[in-house]
Amino acid sequence: MKNSVLAAAFAALSVVSPALAQEKIKLINVVELSGAGATAGTNWKNGIDLAVADINAKGGILGRQIEIIHYDTQTNPGNTRAAVQRAIDEGTYAVLGPVFSGPIGASMQIAQRAEIAQIVGGEAAGLTKQGNPYIFRTSLSQSAAMPKIATYLQNGVKAKTVAVVWVNNDFGKGGRDSILPELEKRGIKVVADVSTEQGQADFAADAIKVKNANADAVFVYLNEEESARFLTAAKQQGINKPMVGETTLLGAKVIQLAGAAAEGVKGHVGLSIDAPVPAFQEFGKKFQQRFNAISDHNGLKGYMAVHMVKWATEKQKKFDKKGLADTLRGARITPKDEPGIMIETKIETNGDIDRESFLAEVVAGKQVIKETLPMINP
Amino acid sequence: MIHSSLLSRLDGVFLTLILGALVLWFVPAGMGRYGTYVLSLWLVTAVAVMGLNLTLGVAGLKSLAQAAFMGIGAYATALLTTKGGMGWLPAFAISGLLTFAIGLLLGFPALRVKAHYLAFVTLAFSTLVWLVLRNEQWLTGGVFGLSNIPRPTLFGLKLDGHLAFHRFVVVATVLLALALWWLIRSPWGRAFLALRENPVRAASLGINIRAYTLLAFAIGSAYAGFAGALYAPLVEFIDPSPFALSASFFLLLMVVAGGSGYQLGPFVGALLGVVLPEWLRFTGGLYLILFAAIVVALLIACPQGMLGLFERFWNAIRRRPMGRNLPLREEQP
Amino acid sequence: MAEFIAYLIAGLATGAIYALAAIGFTLVWQTSQTINFAQGEFVMLPAILILAMVGFLGAPFWLATVLGIALFVLLFGWGFKIVIVDPMIRHGVLPLAIATMALAIIMKEGAKDGFSAEAQNFPSFLPVQTISLGGVSISLQHIAIILVACAAIGGLQWFVTRTKTGRQMQAAAQNPNVALVLGIPVARMVMLTFLINAGLAALASVLISPIYLAKFSNGEVIGLFAFIAAIVGGFNQVRGALAGGLIVGVIDSLAAAYISTSYRLAVPLVLLVIIILVKPEGLFGRKEERRV
Repeated sequence: MKNSVLAAAFAALSVVSPALAQEKIKLINVVELSGAGATAGTNWKNGIDLAVADINAKGGILGRQIEIIHYDTQTNPGNTRAAVQRAIDEGTYAVLGPVFSGPIGASMQIAQRAEIAQIVGGEAAGLTKQGNPYIFRTSLSQSAAMPKIATYLQNGVKAKTVAVVWVNNDFGKGGRDSILPELEKRGIKVVADVSTEQGQADFAADAIKVKNANADAVFVYLNEEESARFLTAAKQQGINKPMVGETTLLGAKVIQLAGAAAEGVKGHVGLSIDAPVPAFQEFGKKFQQRFNAISDHNGLKGYMAVHMVKWATEKQKKFDKKGLADTLRGARITPKDEPGIMIETKIETNGDIDRESFLAEVVAGKQVIKETLPMINP
Repeated sequence: MIHSSLLSRLDGVFLTLILGALVLWFVPAGMGRYGTYVLSLWLVTAVAVMGLNLTLGVAGLKSLAQAAFMGIGAYATALLTTKGGMGWLPAFAISGLLTFAIGLLLGFPALRVKAHYLAFVTLAFSTLVWLVLRNEQWLTGGVFGLSNIPRPTLFGLKLDGHLAFHRFVVVATVLLALALWWLIRSPWGRAFLALRENPVRAASLGINIRAYTLLAFAIGSAYAGFAGALYAPLVEFIDPSPFALSASFFLLLMVVAGGSGYQLGPFVGALLGVVLPEWLRFTGGLYLILFAAIVVALLIACPQGMLGLFERFWNAIRRRPMGRNLPLREEQP
Repeated sequence: MAEFIAYLIAGLATGAIYALAAIGFTLVWQTSQTINFAQGEFVMLPAILILAMVGFLGAPFWLATVLGIALFVLLFGWGFKIVIVDPMIRHGVLPLAIATMALAIIMKEGAKDGFSAEAQNFPSFLPVQTISLGGVSISLQHIAIILVACAAIGGLQWFVTRTKTGRQMQAAAQNPNVALVLGIPVARMVMLTFLINAGLAALASVLISPIYLAKFSNGEVIGLFAFIAAIVGGFNQVRGALAGGLIVGVIDSLAAAYISTSYRLAVPLVLLVIIILVKPEGLFGRKEERRV
């Protein structure tokens, strides 16, 4: 008896579900939801969830709803590879993520082999230099951002000497390796080169070291919490030199965590919910409302990634995996065509991104934009 | 008595290995790339766990550096086959020899003090290896890792495709498992067992305890090196993170959860550690908690691990006190 | 010199926290001869529980602190002993140690999924001002952490050596069979050590979270350093854990200053290896008499 009811239920399901399944378009996000990258990965995932909800509420892509699946990589390259392979085997339309550059490096050949677009959150310079036509960034690469910072240190801060504090992972090391030659080119001397650990809790010794170097400015290139811990430790040690950073250091999360210690911090900002772009600020509010957390740049990147897929699909007017990558390559997406992209974005043929960015400063606990920097190759 | 029952038990292991290899040779044909990859990853991990099972389950030494040894093997193979232009087979042999030698060098001073302290020395060693892998960018690629590690070509066969490479991993794993099976049946292996079961008696029988313990540790480490040599071409990319201290802990977890001292324990343990979390993904964000809770529950129910549990059921079904069907361990007093 | 003193004070403050966590290793070691690999997570979690009390119950901070610590001691003092330690202790060291590794995953992932993946501010009970003495900036917070931690450890040492209950606890840990014969309630004494362990971890959590921020992943670093501290100081002595913690904290700070920031982690580890080879029972530990 029980069995026959079950069988009937299954039969009913099987009549309904293929129709549903056919209508949905499957997107799989492979990202760091545990391990060292969990914070960045969770923001990226939330940004994606928000984008999918927005798009689905407005009728989906070409009339089809998006089905989003998230796979955790544990911030481990081997697992990332397995998850990307699984995503492709399960027929994902495009691979979203991951955010950390090491896992991206481990998995990007798989998407390339399958000729599927992989839209990632990584910023390390090397990713787009390998001639892989299927990889796409969602933010400026370090080799694009660091010259801007170096120029700012030279002209804006007027520093002759700089102390560089960086986190020793692929993100921080990549940034450090990109900025050192830029500083040298501009005649700025690096008087302290301080490597810190990912997840480091205690920054007192590093702050003392920076203090003793007595540089004109301090360039801080750490992830969010580490930035906040460093700023707090720097304040405790009485460092009063300008603190200059790139995107993360000026993020809302850092300001919230470091409080007064973040006051006066300045630098370059790529994506920020505080930028003078109404769409960014609106995104920030929606994100806060839904997740009860402040989005960092990774949340914005995730949101944009899904909209890159939407724009390209509507442009090619069909769900063709290879065509998606072909359409994205060399494209220029404006908020007029696709409001979800939020800011005019140019995709270079190697997958790099070019867009406007900002110089900002923290004033009275808020990120204040001082200047808008143009695209590098408009 | 002990001798004959030992033989018959080990034949069970032998048969299981051969049968398992046959199944694993054919099974992935319909599984897709992802399933095949996870199976290969399982076997490669099982090789590292086998080594640790020898160190821990047979010689009774706690090593917290198995993943570090695996890293040394993986980096050696990656560097030799990319920058060194060497074939995979010599690189594989060098990886094993290198980790064996480092095992000897590391174990010698540590075991001189007390077997107990090997855990602490290997903990320090594990982190030091990780630091070197991360910091010496000129050699190891640092945090950016090494990419484009080639898959081997053996005897004119190109093992590039996922299925070909998987079968290659199956063959390599079975050969390594059989080598260990043979080793444990050999007089050396019986010395290891004697050592574990009763060190005082072993010493009185003229077994050089320190030499044998050291040897077991070095061979166990070499198996990690072999696993690394398989891991590098499997993933085609390595960076320091899979070889960190937490990964060594995880390998230890697999030994114990599978059944420390059982010859097939490593396969079960690696199945738990590699395949179970992948399978649990359907539960969504909580899969790691579920995985850890299963491990805790398993150990509370049966501290001898999966195979201990299996054996308990088996004995209950048979309703007679018999020797264990797979094991090398002494009965609990 | 001023510079050296600044490094020293920062190192001592960090070391005091390592010491509080390291005592947990020694307490669990003494009573069950096993290693709690979740010790770092024991220091991470109380702060998260307290913030959760504020967030979910809307409790004022002081009340949330009391409730959070009470809940933590209940779950990870009493509950940890009953659910995990008791069933496994008879089966040797290893299964229990492995179970604590799995427990660490549960605590970490639980804090992340149940509360937040991001770091959170944690209010400080201690003064946060900085004073300047002869060119050295000294954080009052650091000084206060050192004092509170030393007082807590001193109090524990006094309790163990000078009070009747403390001595019974010590006896129960060192030789449970003899203690039983002498009429000491061994089971209750063992439970007491687990409660004290959880209490000290909660204290460390409240002291350090204002500086380190409350985050699910904080336990990894703290656990590793506390473990090193316990080995350096000696696994079987409370005062060894204190000394070990302070030494490791100071060495780490000085290594970052004068040796290399990218290899700073190596220095305490090299120290650890040297100590094991030269004085295996730890700097302040007792030699353990063991059967073969």
